[in-house]
Amino acid sequence: MAETFTFELVSPEKLLFSKSVAMATAPGTKGEYGVLAGHAPMITEIKPGVIRIYENEDTVVTAKLFVTGGFAEVSQNRFTILAAEATPVSELDVNALQARYKEIAQKIADALTDEEREPLWAEQELVMAKLLATA
Amino acid sequence: MPSLKDLKNRISSVKSTRKITSAMKMVAGSKLRRAQEKAESARPYAARMARMLSSLATSLAESEAEVPRLISGTGKEENVLVIVVTADRGLCGAFNSNAVREARRLIRQHEADGKTVSLICVGRKGRDLLRKDHASKILFALENVGRKGGVTFEEADNLNGKILAMYDEGKFDICEVVYNRFKSVISQVVTVKQLVPFTVEKDPNLPKNVKPEPIIGLEFEPDRKSILEALLPRALSVAIYGALLESMAGSQAAQMTAMDNATRNAGEMINKLTLNYNRSRQAAITKELIEIISGAEAV
Repeated sequence: MAETFTFELVSPEKLLFSKSVAMATAPGTKGEYGVLAGHAPMITEIKPGVIRIYENEDTVVTAKLFVTGGFAEVSQNRFTILAAEATPVSELDVNALQARYKEIAQKIADALTDEEREPLWAEQELVMAKLLATA
Repeated sequence: MPSLKDLKNRISSVKSTRKITSAMKMVAGSKLRRAQEKAESARPYAARMARMLSSLATSLAESEAEVPRLISGTGKEENVLVIVVTADRGLCGAFNSNAVREARRLIRQHEADGKTVSLICVGRKGRDLLRKDHASKILFALENVGRKGGVTFEEADNLNGKILAMYDEGKFDICEVVYNRFKSVISQVVTVKQLVPFTVEKDPNLPKNVKPEPIIGLEFEPDRKSILEALLPRALSVAIYGALLESMAGSQAAQMTAMDNATRNAGEMINKLTLNYNRSRQAAITKELIEIISGAEAV
């Protein structure tokens, strides 16, 4: 049995996940990283992406969750993610996302100023990240 | 002396009032349960946010230059923004007027200190009450917060976005929120909390007199400053969300208590009126009997 640590995923509205796991990976702003038991303490910002949870030492992903960004803290054998929003990857609808992506791309093409485009770009990035998560 | 018919009408009208108040009590009770659950489930996030901030802040103390404006303040104390959180509806006892009274006291106090006060009202009742004497200070008012299925984090986040934008424009130096803290079903405590400049609370798990020790070798990604800058607005949103949730649960609790009292009072009134009604009926019967008997005797 590999060493385990407590992994917690919380959104502002509730505690989503709290379990003892062997490994978890998170999408940091400077690249994806994995956390094992005994990791050095750190605080990171998280970009939209997928969190993978491995409950046992065998490399089977037991849960895949999409987060829209947030913060993560590793300390004292505990890994906490404060997510803005989290959904299981299996609940993402590929077709709806693709349609949404095209819609946004069209809106960006139609927009006249960069100010109009800015929120669209942000959303496009988010939808893109979701699409990548389902791939 | 009201006639028998009048009494009867009054009894039936009080009875229907009692029905309404007891129904309202029941509704408030079920809403209260939901609001309480919501407040409960928001706690883990707030607690972890506080923990993360405190470990950030303890490691921050060594390099003062990096402190973001949200913690350090603007260096002035001239303009104060007060957010008054009340309910949209009345019929909940002194709930709204308590919050408003505290807000008025705050305004007076700040003005006595020579500061300029501006107001944001969350909830229609607060706006209505404050509009009478502080209309010029109200910047904007929000209504129908948490009308459908309780307060959402998004609503708190939106409000926070507006507040932060104003802070960046230098419209205020200090921001305080006045709300009813949900202590228990029978007691809501009016609380004033300072939001800006933000005060980092100590890790609640630590004993009172122990100073939190900075975690040695704490790493940051991308870096401490940008994390703190991204985390602070979020922490503010959480604080506002918490206040809104507490106020929401408090208003339901206050309404439940108020309606419970009203129902009981209506019951007492019905008893009194029924007694009165029976007495007058009895008196009328006795009077008639006396008339008949004395009439018979006279013959």
